[in-house]
Amino acid sequence: MITLNHYLALSAILFCVGIYGIFTRRNAIGILMSIELMFNAANINFIAFSKFITPTLLTGQVFAVFVITIAAAEATVALAIVILIYRHHKEINVDKINIMKW
Amino acid sequence: MLESSWLIPLLPLLAFGTIVFFTNRNPRLSSYISIGAVCASFALSVPVLFEVLQNPVASEFKFTWIDLKGFTIQMGILIDPLTAVMLMVVTIVSMLVHIYSVGYMAGDPRFSRYFSFLSLFTFAMLGLVLSNNFFEIFIFWELVGLTSYLLIGFWFEKKVAADAGKKAFITTRTGDLGFLVGIFLLVSAAGTFNFQHIFHQIEAGHIPAGILTISAILIFAGAVGKSAQFPLHVWLPDAMEGPTPVSALIHAATMVAAGVYLVARAMSVYAASSSAALIVAIIGAFTAFLAASIGLVQNDIKRVLAYSTISQLGYMMLALGLGGLTAGTFHLMTHAYFKALLFLGAGSVIHAMHTNDIWEMGGLFPKMRITAITFIIASLSISGIFPLSGFWSKDEIFAVASGYPHPIFLIVAVLVAFMTSFYMFRLCFVTFFGKPRDQHKFEHAHESPRVMTIPLMILAFLSIFAGWVGIPWLHKGYSSFVFFHHPHHAEPKIWLMLISTVVALSGIGLAYLIYYKGAISADKIKRKFAFPYKVLFNKYYFDELYSAIIIKPIIGLANLLFKFDLGIIDWLVNAFGNFCVFLSEVKEWFDSHIVDGGVNGLGWIFKKSGSYLRKIQTGDLSNYILIIFFGILLIIIFKIGL
Amino acid sequence: MENSVQSAIFYILAAIIVCSAVLVVTLKNIFHSLLFLVLTFFSVAGIYVLLHAEFLAAVQVLIYVGAITVLLIFAIMMTAQIYSPALRQSNQQVIPGIIVVGILLVVTLTVLGNTTWRVSEKLPASQSVNLIGKSLLTTYVLPFEVVSVVLITALIGAIIIARRD
Repeated sequence: MITLNHYLALSAILFCVGIYGIFTRRNAIGILMSIELMFNAANINFIAFSKFITPTLLTGQVFAVFVITIAAAEATVALAIVILIYRHHKEINVDKINIMKW
Repeated sequence: MLESSWLIPLLPLLAFGTIVFFTNRNPRLSSYISIGAVCASFALSVPVLFEVLQNPVASEFKFTWIDLKGFTIQMGILIDPLTAVMLMVVTIVSMLVHIYSVGYMAGDPRFSRYFSFLSLFTFAMLGLVLSNNFFEIFIFWELVGLTSYLLIGFWFEKKVAADAGKKAFITTRTGDLGFLVGIFLLVSAAGTFNFQHIFHQIEAGHIPAGILTISAILIFAGAVGKSAQFPLHVWLPDAMEGPTPVSALIHAATMVAAGVYLVARAMSVYAASSSAALIVAIIGAFTAFLAASIGLVQNDIKRVLAYSTISQLGYMMLALGLGGLTAGTFHLMTHAYFKALLFLGAGSVIHAMHTNDIWEMGGLFPKMRITAITFIIASLSISGIFPLSGFWSKDEIFAVASGYPHPIFLIVAVLVAFMTSFYMFRLCFVTFFGKPRDQHKFEHAHESPRVMTIPLMILAFLSIFAGWVGIPWLHKGYSSFVFFHHPHHAEPKIWLMLISTVVALSGIGLAYLIYYKGAISADKIKRKFAFPYKVLFNKYYFDELYSAIIIKPIIGLANLLFKFDLGIIDWLVNAFGNFCVFLSEVKEWFDSHIVDGGVNGLGWIFKKSGSYLRKIQTGDLSNYILIIFFGILLIIIFKIGL
Repeated sequence: MENSVQSAIFYILAAIIVCSAVLVVTLKNIFHSLLFLVLTFFSVAGIYVLLHAEFLAAVQVLIYVGAITVLLIFAIMMTAQIYSPALRQSNQQVIPGIIVVGILLVVTLTVLGNTTWRVSEKLPASQSVNLIGKSLLTTYVLPFEVVSVVLITALIGAIIIARRD
């Protein structure tokens, strides 16, 4: 029997993997991909709660739709910024773009 | 009318202020203001004289100036016959000198200043004669001395004039010191400054005789300085470096008479102290003789007149010392007129010849008739020729001198009268008659302008007639107007008048023989009496004596003190300075090593720690987010209490 | 029976998701990690199906696999350095990252284990697509419209940011 906790645990693992990606990836696009992983973890949570806590209302599913939409918008803007940075610095590794210090 | 007589001195003061503050740029207007003020003073003085003539008592107007517990100092005016006479003398001579100066000083670059000084002097002199107490009279006394200094040194570009001003000031100050101490002594005994109160106390015998005598002598010291009596007479001849009208006004007619006036004013003091009075008489007689003998051989026209003035002032002192208030002040009045005339005449000659040396003049009579005639009138008057005013006043003095038990004073007086007539006519003959000795200067000589000759004529008139108020046969004359306690009606002594006339005429005759006729050679006499001549010519070496016994030691002392200053005080100051420098060097070391070290060390600590701590700010986003997330995680852990 | 099948499917999908996600964040070649990302998305879509969210599964495939992945491919292509094999793809904070993430995982799982969920026994609504559509245009019409504005703003903004001028 697959309970809510299974889904939540999966979601937590996925989220942690995404966080780890953000910590360790040098490539800005890699970081974006890690963020998408975290979005997915969140969506799994939403839908799992929707299924197990409020099966009749589908509120979680509706919010998952919104999250996906926001994720799409985020990806668009973030990639635009990444391309702009790349154009300026000829560089895409975030640890090289460290002009905001000292 | 008497109440408003305080205006008399105030008007010249106003003129002084106006000239100094407003019209300094306009010489003509300044002189008009000055003359107008003194004329107004004269116009106010005339009714005062008439009022006092009608009712010859002393009237006093005063107000409290400084009020201390149990002791007040008052300002006020005292008008009695003596004051009225002095007012007339001062205003008339001052007025004429003012007018004369317009001609004499024409073209001077400091014309306005000259007139402002004259006005200030007139103010001071009028205030002096109007004073009702010793405090006030001392103030005006000093003010008069100040203006005298300013006017002697008026041409201060000439070192001689500047030196003469200083000499006059310092010499008279020496006497003033005595005057001041005398005032304090008298006032501390009497408890008031007021003349009349003090005199009443003296007459009532409230003041100890010792104090009285000492203060009388000390006050006389002031008079000695101001009136150029021996031994403080040395400044007056030098004061002739000032403009000649100033010599006439200040150093012949009025200011130097202030000493005589002071003794006359304080007559009660001298009457109460016979020894002080005797000292006054002796000093007066000695000075009269001394100055007259010096006057015999001087060649500078103004210096002869200056010694003549000293001599005549000695006469007045002699008379006052013998108790002859009437005689002394009467001679003061007549002398003021004819001596002012003599000086102004001399000024006129100098104006024409541009020299003071009588041996460069000569034969001026045809060229300068008015000057010469008025000058001769004045000479006759001072010589005591009947019936000019000098005759009457000198006769009064002879009468007083003859009243003294011992004949010495009369003999001295007669001798001085002889010398006076001799040196005056020596001056007249050499200056106005004979052949011109300096042809070049003679040709340029000319009569002075009207503005100068008219005062001469007025003064000549006064020199003749002013003495007539004191003709002894007049029972309502001068002697019943100005007197001490009770009118002194000396019986006219015909034999004295005869002696006086004979002596005067013989003096004139001798001068005529020597300097006009040439019957007796002056050079021969000079050679025969070489030593006395030399002594007289060098004025008994008084200047040299003073220089040796007073000035040199003072300069020596000053040098000594200078060395002391330099050696000890400067050394101390420098040592202190060096010590301070040393201290500040120590402190500088402390500052730069300890304080600066501390501050720099603190800065170094922050700099170092900053340079380590700044490495935390890597600028690496991954790093930041790791740390932020770690922080959030810690918060969560603590919040949920795991 | 059905439950055990479902369980098996869940564990398979979960294994795929976790493995491919780990590969996404660790692979050196960014393009390879993108491919594993796609695999992850597909597996997540499978999870959605398991959770009776068919519509969302479809959306997941359409948007993530279709749109976002294409976008990422374009971005990778435009930033040309990716194929350089010498390039290190992870930075120096692997160890601290693992530690922090491990702590997070432990914390989360502990919390999960200690929490009792008020699980509803009702059956899930059939025809979920229908219901979602209705609620989107009735109850949630305002957020829906706001999201649409956000989306268009993001699009325009992206164009303006990335525009070569």
